[in-house]
Amino acid sequence: MTGSSKELLAVEGVTKAYPGVVANSDVSFSIAEGEVHALLGENGAGKSTLVKMIYGLVKPDSGQMRFRGQPYHPTEPKAARASGVAMVFQHFSLFEALSVAENVALGMENPPPMRELAGRIKSVSEAYGLPLDPGRMVGDLSAGERQRVEIIRCLLQNPKLLIMDEPTSVLTPQEVDILFTTLRKLASEGTAILYISHKLEEIRALCNEATILRRGKVVATCTPRDRSAREMAELMVGATLTPPARAALPRGDTALEVTGLSVNSPIPFGMSLKDVNFRVARGEVLGIAGVAGNGQDELLLALSGELRTDPGAVKIDGKPMGATGPNARRAAGLVAAPEERLGHAAAPDMSLVENALLSGVVRKALVKNGFIDWAATGRFAAEIVKDFDVRTPGTHVAARALSGGNLQKFVVGRELSQSPAVIVINQPTWGVDAAAAASIRQAILDRAAEGAAVVVISQDLDELLEIADNFAALNTGRLTKPRPVEGLTIDEIGLMMGGAHGMEVAHVGH
Amino acid sequence: MDLGGINPAILIASLMVASVPIILAALGELVVEKAGVLNLGVEGMMIMGAICGFATAVATGNPYLGFLGGALGAACLSLVFAVLTQFFLANQVATGLALTLFGLGLSSLIGQSYVGIKPPLTGTVPLGPLADIPFFGPVLFDHDWMVYLSIFACGAVWAVLKYTRMGLVLRAVGESHDAAHALGYKVVRIRVLAILFGGALAGLGGAYISLIRVPQWTDGITAGAGWIALAIVVFASWKPWRILLGAYLFGGITVLQLNLQAAGARIPVEYLSMSPYLITILVLVIMSSGKGKAALNAPASLGQNFHASR
Repeated sequence: MTGSSKELLAVEGVTKAYPGVVANSDVSFSIAEGEVHALLGENGAGKSTLVKMIYGLVKPDSGQMRFRGQPYHPTEPKAARASGVAMVFQHFSLFEALSVAENVALGMENPPPMRELAGRIKSVSEAYGLPLDPGRMVGDLSAGERQRVEIIRCLLQNPKLLIMDEPTSVLTPQEVDILFTTLRKLASEGTAILYISHKLEEIRALCNEATILRRGKVVATCTPRDRSAREMAELMVGATLTPPARAALPRGDTALEVTGLSVNSPIPFGMSLKDVNFRVARGEVLGIAGVAGNGQDELLLALSGELRTDPGAVKIDGKPMGATGPNARRAAGLVAAPEERLGHAAAPDMSLVENALLSGVVRKALVKNGFIDWAATGRFAAEIVKDFDVRTPGTHVAARALSGGNLQKFVVGRELSQSPAVIVINQPTWGVDAAAAASIRQAILDRAAEGAAVVVISQDLDELLEIADNFAALNTGRLTKPRPVEGLTIDEIGLMMGGAHGMEVAHVGH
Repeated sequence: MDLGGINPAILIASLMVASVPIILAALGELVVEKAGVLNLGVEGMMIMGAICGFATAVATGNPYLGFLGGALGAACLSLVFAVLTQFFLANQVATGLALTLFGLGLSSLIGQSYVGIKPPLTGTVPLGPLADIPFFGPVLFDHDWMVYLSIFACGAVWAVLKYTRMGLVLRAVGESHDAAHALGYKVVRIRVLAILFGGALAGLGGAYISLIRVPQWTDGITAGAGWIALAIVVFASWKPWRILLGAYLFGGITVLQLNLQAAGARIPVEYLSMSPYLITILVLVIMSSGKGKAALNAPASLGQNFHASR
């Protein structure tokens, strides 16, 4: 597979502690030239800290690294880049108001003059099947195109080791295929790739070796091809996983009906919704997929009532509710959980009790004669904490103090505990560990079984395929016609999400 | 050619002089804001430059050393801002306002013994026969060297921001400090240097007021020029050449209002003195309306503090 087994990078006994948490404890692994090596683990397992140490952004407390046989201790990214290490970030490394060429130049040590650089960007990007126009503003590019900018920035430095942090989270399946072709080509040229992801099927398709981290420690190494995704997931979590159980349910009446919903986005660089139509019956789960930024946030706002539309565009139980606000819709039975936890779903500096009140006040009748019933509110909050296994010292702590996964359990639990008729959730398990994600999905399915109509918007296709009855995709603000999940292939889903957005398969040579 | 007692050649010539302090201070602030820092202390730094420049010039008898002293004095004051906002992560708006108040007070304290003194004179640049050309002579070729320097500085800032790596890194830091940090750029160091540069230019502008434009020392001599400079940065939508345009426009209004008063015009001067700020408010309204923001190319991290751990 790898052709040569010459060791490129060896990490030995690396430890890094932050106040209160050990991010990496005695981590060792090695990568050979031309090897595609996966780094697996849940959120908070220490993957990011580890690669930041390899890229010189974080200094290890103890331990050794060797790069091509030499001791390797990069003190800053510049030093790492000079040794031949390049990194494609998950977030935070592009400048929206700068052009593609300027963005590329910022990631290079000694960039050639702009005109020459533009030419090289063009030729390299075409050689690898990732066409890019160097003069365009990054803010105007799609998520997939932005990622190409990052990859090209790395490729122009002829890296020996390419680190990729969750590169496929923003891509359609077709785009993923093209990316993998490019990566395999790079590997065949001798570049080692360190690939971070928690999409296990992708890792089985791409990687030669895998190192699995749990709570900062290496718990296993394996050859992904020889293991099933299920086995690797259990190694990551350290427990046996039970997939959510779903009973075949009789469908009830239509609870949520959206007709001809068009609305302008209130978000800068946002995506307006264009003629969205769908209906969800009681007991049905509709999954809505799409690459980030294709109208998911706007759809949630329009359904929750934060964006108002024509009265007839949104009907709850047949009543036109499009022109009413969130509280009227809650009263009618629709609850919504947005994607952004801090600042949208929860007020960061308010306690869990207060946050429970904010959304539960209408359906749980927590206000009597204009006065807050704190006793009932406290019981409601405690109930959510108990039912959804929210790990917190108590309901008096500020929402900000909870970890992302725990807060997610709380805000989703808060909506699901209001005996809703219609549930709208955007990214229900974003940043939540696998065990908690499974319990959230199970809770959603339970509500559906009790007769709620559910709309789940998510970028995680596996999640949608697991819990949804019907499937639709948002692409540039338009929603495809919902189709039953049964019998859908990944290819069809990819096409619904917009296909490969003008990418092409890598050509030979450069 | 007279327009109600106003001679256009003299009007243009005097508006070029009137706008020099604003151009310099606004250019400095532009660089600071391009690096993502909002320093509202321009007025305070200018007046520190005015008194430090004045004192240095009087003490040494050399106006050129005076300008240097002004730049250094204001840069020292901006260092206070830099330390508070970049290392202690103080709120930039509050710190900037405090800097202005502090600068006004400190300058008045230092300046007590300088009231009523004449500073050494700064001569005009000898451009020989060019100055004798009718109309264009007095308008373009009969100024002190700071007028030319301010125009040159516009070109220099523009070229550095657009064509050099230093400029690109500066813009990158102002655009997204997280991304710049991830790529290994020293966000805090770059911002501190930008703040010092902005302070020095504001100081130069202040020294120009006390050494050439007025020239003498009185309390509160800058009279709001720093606020106009801040407004012009927004008005110019962070583009150096538009700073020149904006400063001549606003400087022109200042001069015009004096001339109109002298000529006994019917327009109340208050309207004219209000107008720069009205225009700025309009620009801000347009800017805050969704897509206008990107079109006006405000640095995306403007006013946000950066800490490496986040």
